[in-house]
Amino acid sequence: MDQAAATAEPIEEPVPAPAPRIAHRHRLPTRLWHWVNALTVFIMLMSGLMIFNAHPRLYWGQFGANFDHPWLMFHGRPIPGWATIPSTYNLAAARRWHLAFAWILVIGLVTFLITSLINRHVQRDLAPTPDEVKPKHIWHDVQEHARLRFPTGEAALRYNILQKLSYVAVIFVLLPLMLLSGLAMSPAMDASWPWLLDIFVGRQSARSIHFICAMAILAFIIVHLTMVVLAGPLNEIGSMITGRFRVPPERPQQ
Amino acid sequence: MISRRRFVATGASGLLLGGCDRLNNSAQFRGVLRDAEKLTMGAQRLVVPRDALAREYGEADLSPIFRSNGTAMPGTSEYAQHLAENFANWRLQVDGLVSRPLSIPLQTLRSIPHRVQITRHDCVEGWSAIGKWHGLELSRILNAAGLSTRARYIVFHCADRFGDKPYYESVDLVDAFHPQTIIAWGMNGNLLTVPHGAPLRLRVERQLGYKSAKYIQRIEAVESLAGIYGGRGGYWEDNADYEWYAGI
Repeated sequence: MDQAAATAEPIEEPVPAPAPRIAHRHRLPTRLWHWVNALTVFIMLMSGLMIFNAHPRLYWGQFGANFDHPWLMFHGRPIPGWATIPSTYNLAAARRWHLAFAWILVIGLVTFLITSLINRHVQRDLAPTPDEVKPKHIWHDVQEHARLRFPTGEAALRYNILQKLSYVAVIFVLLPLMLLSGLAMSPAMDASWPWLLDIFVGRQSARSIHFICAMAILAFIIVHLTMVVLAGPLNEIGSMITGRFRVPPERPQQ
Repeated sequence: MISRRRFVATGASGLLLGGCDRLNNSAQFRGVLRDAEKLTMGAQRLVVPRDALAREYGEADLSPIFRSNGTAMPGTSEYAQHLAENFANWRLQVDGLVSRPLSIPLQTLRSIPHRVQITRHDCVEGWSAIGKWHGLELSRILNAAGLSTRARYIVFHCADRFGDKPYYESVDLVDAFHPQTIIAWGMNGNLLTVPHGAPLRLRVERQLGYKSAKYIQRIEAVESLAGIYGGRGGYWEDNADYEWYAGI
């Protein structure tokens, strides 16, 4: 509006805004998995932080306890009650929540992966194209994000390269690493699948990697929620619930 | 700004937490979580072969200092007496559902050929320590006592007390007859020290540390865990709601 007023163009009759185009995106398996995970991941993070409170030190290697050198160490119970499940110190209850909801997380992940390979969500929507992974393209997207200029029109219906990379990192790297490093902390699983200890080079390394991946997922959630808010939370959240997305109109060329 | 962010974070987590704490106090919901625990045990028993061995490490992998946990000194006068006698009169009772109840002198246990294993001790709190254990396979003791076909669990009665409650633990027959499940009397080339459970302790290498009970005086074979102390199969299970199956 301001731009129109600033130019010397003759004032035109206002044209009625075209009816917003509604597109379908996020198929049902994606939407279901998203909301199951939204709940499950928070429960896993918060119960996991309570478990961390029981021994808030992290080590590298096969063993690690109070007399060994930690790479990360806190005193007392560092995680406040508002960030833990339950909110007062209770290792037994936190473990019970964590190990129960781990099943939901794992079953959801495996089901989503199988469904998304069959319905080609992974190949079509998540896999970056050769053009997209060129540094120039990625850098361009980074700049656009930094200016908070989000894709419009057709481009808004596809994941941009930064989205693809972060979703692929979470789905194919972080979540599988969480699962495997979690299993590597189980003495029974280590007996059955000794390779768990080998890939992480020890149970305490697996515990450290479990924590680091959890923090990476937390960082992803923070960025993810920030982007949802910046990109228009009602339309974004609505489309993740109903699958119907109001396509942002193309930006006028400058 | 920070206070507002904190306010929002606190508010949001408060909603989730309020709900979770309420759920956690609901016996019905705890029952659901407990069912998931049975699923975990069932799944692990399915994928872990009966005799799959816990990793055994080399001398170079030993923890320089193996921290002790739980009781560091059983405070009873009976134990003090045994300690003063250097455990010369300590005996291991084996009874319950067995055809030949035993009372084995400590010296006898120490004098027969034994197993040595360097294994990792994983505490439920998260830390791990590697130690070398010397002891007799529990399966040999149970076979000598003639286990009844009715026996389903092996209960370990200990000399230490938490308050007025004796420590005890239990395993099922899968773990009782596992080749690495031993009644240990030595650690890292020496006799067990008091903080590590002198003179006898259990090693259950495929479960968390609280299962590996210390100061063992009596082994009892039973059909059911109901009726033994709190009925949940162990001191921590009874008193802190820890899982009886501690494979993860």
